[in-house]
Amino acid sequence: MTDTLPAAAVEAAFKPPRSQWRDVWDQFRTHKGAMVGAVVLALLIFFVLFGAFIWRIDPAFIEPDAVKMIRSRNQPPSWAHPLGTDQLGRDMLARMIAGGRVSLAVGLTAMLIAILLGTTVGVLAGYFRRLDGPLMRMTDLFLALPLLPLLLVMVLLFRDKLAGVFGPELGTFLLIVFAIGVTSWMQSARIVRGEVLALKEREFVLAARSIGTPSRRMILRHILPNVMSPIMVAATLGIASAIITESALSFLGLGFPPDFPTWGRLLFDGVDYLQQYPERVIWPGLAISLTVLSVNYIGDGLRDALDPRIRGR
Amino acid sequence: MKLKTALMGAVACFAMAPAAFAERGADGNVKVLYSQAVSIMNAYLSSGTKDVEAGSLVLEPLAGFNEAGDVIPRLVTEIPSVENGGISEDLTTITWKLIPGLLWSDGTPVTADDAVFTYEYCTHPEGGCAQAARYEGIASVEAVDPATVKITFDGPKPNPFTAFVGATSPILQKAQFANCLGAAAPTCTEANFNPIGTGPFVVTDFKVNDVVEMAANPNYRDPAKPAFATLTLKGGGDAAGAARAVMETGEFDYAWNTQINPELQAQMEAGGKGKFVNAFGTLVERIEMNMTDPSADLPEGERATAKHPHPILSDLNVRKALSMAIDRQLLVDVGYGAAGRATCNLVPAPEIYASPNTDCIAQDMEGAKALLEQAGWTDSDGDGIREKDGKKFTLLYQTSVNAVRQDFQALIKGWWNELGVEVELKAIDGGVYFGGDPGSPDTFQKFYADVEMYANNFDGTDPEPYLAQYTCEKAPRPETQWQGENINRFCDPAYDAMVVELAQTRDMEARGALARKMNEVLTKDTYVVVPLVDRGRLSAHSNTLGGVVLNTWDSELWNASDWFRVK
Repeated sequence: MTDTLPAAAVEAAFKPPRSQWRDVWDQFRTHKGAMVGAVVLALLIFFVLFGAFIWRIDPAFIEPDAVKMIRSRNQPPSWAHPLGTDQLGRDMLARMIAGGRVSLAVGLTAMLIAILLGTTVGVLAGYFRRLDGPLMRMTDLFLALPLLPLLLVMVLLFRDKLAGVFGPELGTFLLIVFAIGVTSWMQSARIVRGEVLALKEREFVLAARSIGTPSRRMILRHILPNVMSPIMVAATLGIASAIITESALSFLGLGFPPDFPTWGRLLFDGVDYLQQYPERVIWPGLAISLTVLSVNYIGDGLRDALDPRIRGR
Repeated sequence: MKLKTALMGAVACFAMAPAAFAERGADGNVKVLYSQAVSIMNAYLSSGTKDVEAGSLVLEPLAGFNEAGDVIPRLVTEIPSVENGGISEDLTTITWKLIPGLLWSDGTPVTADDAVFTYEYCTHPEGGCAQAARYEGIASVEAVDPATVKITFDGPKPNPFTAFVGATSPILQKAQFANCLGAAAPTCTEANFNPIGTGPFVVTDFKVNDVVEMAANPNYRDPAKPAFATLTLKGGGDAAGAARAVMETGEFDYAWNTQINPELQAQMEAGGKGKFVNAFGTLVERIEMNMTDPSADLPEGERATAKHPHPILSDLNVRKALSMAIDRQLLVDVGYGAAGRATCNLVPAPEIYASPNTDCIAQDMEGAKALLEQAGWTDSDGDGIREKDGKKFTLLYQTSVNAVRQDFQALIKGWWNELGVEVELKAIDGGVYFGGDPGSPDTFQKFYADVEMYANNFDGTDPEPYLAQYTCEKAPRPETQWQGENINRFCDPAYDAMVVELAQTRDMEARGALARKMNEVLTKDTYVVVPLVDRGRLSAHSNTLGGVVLNTWDSELWNASDWFRVK
């Protein structure tokens, strides 16, 4: 009369409940592209963070002796210089490491700022009807502003002041990161607002509201996790465009000081030598492409993993 | 019989060959590529080199300059001088005699009235003439008779070869431009695009900012020239692309200003399809030392003005040490190759004005260090940067965005670091840096940096206006809306006196000596200007184009009438 449960079911019942993040990770793992992307990005980050401790050549070092300097220029790859040297005899590997550090830091930080701003504006506009009008008009205003002239004006106005407080390199870094961040949050704000507007009408939100959940918890607990996937996609695209915007600024002479390598600058410097030494363009180009591609795949995988409607299928 | 005919035919061919060679229009079409497109043919309405040079194929001045910088006759029988009576004893008038029987391309005669009209055209109070400087100091231009032009100056003019000399002051046809005076000048599109001239070619089709098609002038004064029946002048692209079109693909016969890196020059030349030609003029890449304090702590309006002398660079020994630490030959090898040479002079040419100063060519790092020690700059705390009275030796070094300039910045920063100087680099977009906008802090005139690098040259062969730029009152400052040519705010009453003296000196030898001395005051005596590289002009021509002589004193196409096809 008493049916015994199958052993497997008993075992499952005694196991601690699986956490949400465990599920996310399991789902993420099944996305091959995302896994490859994560490994590549991890390798790139390892390369730029710890590369300088292993490869100890100064990226700005130029042979002081004129004869040696002339000989050290435009070297092909060798054991002494695995990626060769540039037109002034500087080691390309060391420059790639130093440049990557800046480019990745700019990309990630600017993306974080943009996402933070965009999500905040989007959620507030979508959730609070009173704020919707003013916030969205502000978004339109920012969208209508031409990006590059705005950046130029910001750089012109604040560069000297920031450089005075933080030193030229950190000052420029903060300025560029901030400038790119505050000029690229609008798309994500619009996307997030749209999602929030749709979510607000759903039953679970109504249910949560009926038991008196305060707005703060409502947003953090019910709304945000559900808009995570569009935010992720916007974020991954943001990293790529931030790296490229930094390159454009450096090219216009408004980014970092010219002797300060970034991947974008290495790429632009190499263009003059494209025909003779194509590797000068290929290495930084490859690094930028790999970063952008791997981040995009990770974003793709994360979106699938984070969306409760897709997860488990 | 047949053999005899054949032989006679061959003989006839040989006999005809030189004649055919010297016949107008025998060599077909020649293609010229300018990396900046031509927008107008009238040099008086554009200061762009490309427009002036394209115009020089059609419109000619009375006299021009040859590759050595000497004045040569074009529309006149001889060059006036005091000896032949063409220039008056008191140097206040110059008289030009036109070649008899000279015709415009439409078949009408060229007369002295055309020259008088040209003077009126460019000095019209309502017209913005781009070449007005060439007509400065003239009291009157008159036609003594149809073949004689007499120019009277305000006072004695030691160098009277400004008006109607060189590609920037050609003669316009009065009949064509009569209704284009003053404010109407830019509205005469037909005349500005298809001017009637005396040059070897006439415009047959003008596409603004794209391509100009020309044909040989049927009334050109030398019946055997030009050898080419048509000329195509294409614009657009960049220097490397232009060089490639001549040296590698062979699409064009001549490319203007093909400034590319030395490795690429060597590689293209090895292809064997064409040649690079270079000539040196007066363009000097230099570092200017700021004599005023550009510190951002100073209030706007006092920053970088004579009120606050520079805290570091005011010391002569410091400036000298910075110059001594530079290896100029290496800069040339890295940046310009055949198109540059190391120089210590602000005025590197013409010969009579060029100082023999070569002190700075050899790098002397130890000497520079000793000089800084002597000046009181020592590295007391062992961080590799020198200090004096608690102030660190740091410099902000700015220039425009340009691959070669950034390489120079990196190299010079390396040398100065070795010297114990901390250097911060800044590269500014060329449009802003040279833009002259008084609202921007990044213009080269404002000079909100300690040292800056750029290149400059002077027009023509007389350095007087160029050297006169360094007088006290020409310093850019808020009162002048930051305009002015004395970029480094050098101010020395003795130098100002020399400028006045130069303007009054008539004897060529004395002028040369004084100009050389002034050049040395600015360079090796004070190191206010630190010249680096004398930059030549580098153009490319195909091996099948003959007769090319590069000229930096006049239009690069100055002798296009002598060009021919190498067969």
